[in-house]
Amino acid sequence: MIRPGRMFKQLVSSFFKKPATLNYPAERSGMPEGFRGKLKFTPDKCIGCLMCMRDCPTGAIKIKKIAEKQFECEIDLGKCIYCAQCVDSCPKKALEITQEFELAKLDRKKLTVVFNAENKGEAR
Amino acid sequence: MHNSQDVQVPFGPQHPALKEPESFLVTLRGEKITASSVKIGYNHRGIEKACEERTYIQDLYLIERICGICSHSHATAFSQAVEEIAGLEVPKRALYIRSLIGELERVHSHLLWLGVAGHEIGFDTLLMYTWRDREVVMDILSLLTGNRVNYGMNTIGGVRRDITPAQAKEVLKAVDTLEERTKYYIKIATQETTIIDRLSGVGVLSKKDAISLGAVGPTARASGVARDVRKDDPYAAYGELDFKVITTNTCDVYGRTVVRVLELMESYKMIRQILKDIPEGAITVRAPRKIPAGEAASRYEAPRGEDFHYVRSNGTEKPDRVKVRAPTLANVQAVSKMLEDRYLADMPIVIAAIDPCFSCTDRSIVIKNSGTRNSKTVPWEVLHVQSIEWYKEHKGIDFSALNKKYAKHFKI
Repeated sequence: MIRPGRMFKQLVSSFFKKPATLNYPAERSGMPEGFRGKLKFTPDKCIGCLMCMRDCPTGAIKIKKIAEKQFECEIDLGKCIYCAQCVDSCPKKALEITQEFELAKLDRKKLTVVFNAENKGEAR
Repeated sequence: MHNSQDVQVPFGPQHPALKEPESFLVTLRGEKITASSVKIGYNHRGIEKACEERTYIQDLYLIERICGICSHSHATAFSQAVEEIAGLEVPKRALYIRSLIGELERVHSHLLWLGVAGHEIGFDTLLMYTWRDREVVMDILSLLTGNRVNYGMNTIGGVRRDITPAQAKEVLKAVDTLEERTKYYIKIATQETTIIDRLSGVGVLSKKDAISLGAVGPTARASGVARDVRKDDPYAAYGELDFKVITTNTCDVYGRTVVRVLELMESYKMIRQILKDIPEGAITVRAPRKIPAGEAASRYEAPRGEDFHYVRSNGTEKPDRVKVRAPTLANVQAVSKMLEDRYLADMPIVIAAIDPCFSCTDRSIVIKNSGTRNSKTVPWEVLHVQSIEWYKEHKGIDFSALNKKYAKHFKI
């Protein structure tokens, strides 16, 4: 039947339903498994092949040699596009993705995070 | 033809009715539009040139960011072209997964469009409900690919992530919910007088005009042109899937709405079929870093219409040339035709009805006076000198000293 107000019934029923949105940050839906968030680097596994640096589309990742067979990783979270190509490129699985996504900082310098023996993903 | 009654009104580049910067110059006689012209180019990002500076793997992520809504379309079209040059045989399972993500993307794009169309005609209730339901498919996309937009699913030679049986079950559950909701929207679109009266006879594009102006996608199909790359030139798994090309003959915005909502039902059918028939096996083949010299063109039916990619390689890690023709560029010419003799108030919905994405489009080349007596060829050396002169005159920057220093790099 062609007439106006076809969505009226739906509207009325919505009055008695919970809101479709969540009261973030008090309520959280949680990230799906495999969500591409902040990267994690394990220094012990790195062999310094620099494949991640070569494949990174934005040049966000830097691997530095600090001693014999010891590497540190510097990631610019402002440049990172969270594509996780470096995770695919790494032959030794030294890079992983985590589900951490709340990465905003008030200071731009704090966006550059370092992974080495002492530092586990904080700004230097 | 201008007479004293005609008024020229610039519409955009910044206008509340437009979501992106683009400019329309409309000639009005009273409330009626007598002529209009489109000017695009405010969003040019130089992506094609940037692609030449990056490797094929890096390009995938850049190409994906041409469009936020049809990111999978662009990435697939690009990887298809590169795979054709390299002569890679992509595994069947990867092709099915590509089609699956492509159809899920179409579902989210069409639901988004339905909401935007509702908003443009002042039916915001429809916007709120379609966008609420669109979250179901967005959640599924983030579950399968790891992100709500810019899925990063493609790689040269296959896809990056496999689909587990548990994920397939989730997809089927979501498709059931979406199908029920879409049936409701089909009922709304065909029975609600607000929609029918507002959209019927608005933005008419006859079949003849649709063909001559080269319209693509739902815009062409609503004018009765059964043009669909999935049927005409099957890619990925579409050759083995059973689906109908939805067309209507109303040729107006209402027809474009009907085509899109009915296409949603076809997409659900295809998703179920893909999950039933998906073959086992590898999801990727090893791709070489250096792609052999050659060129390839690739077509993809994006939610908005045919997406075209051209890639030329020169045997190195980086492409020699990448050309992208987004569907909006094919459809935007038709807008002027659709607006003829219509009221100014119809303009926002007529523009919205082609589902425009202007930042995708802004990479066209304009050749002035081509083939006429005024055309001339300017050699690179002359252009180089001219550019130095231009900066000196207009910006007060003198590059001549710097230019002498780096002369050997300029090949003059």
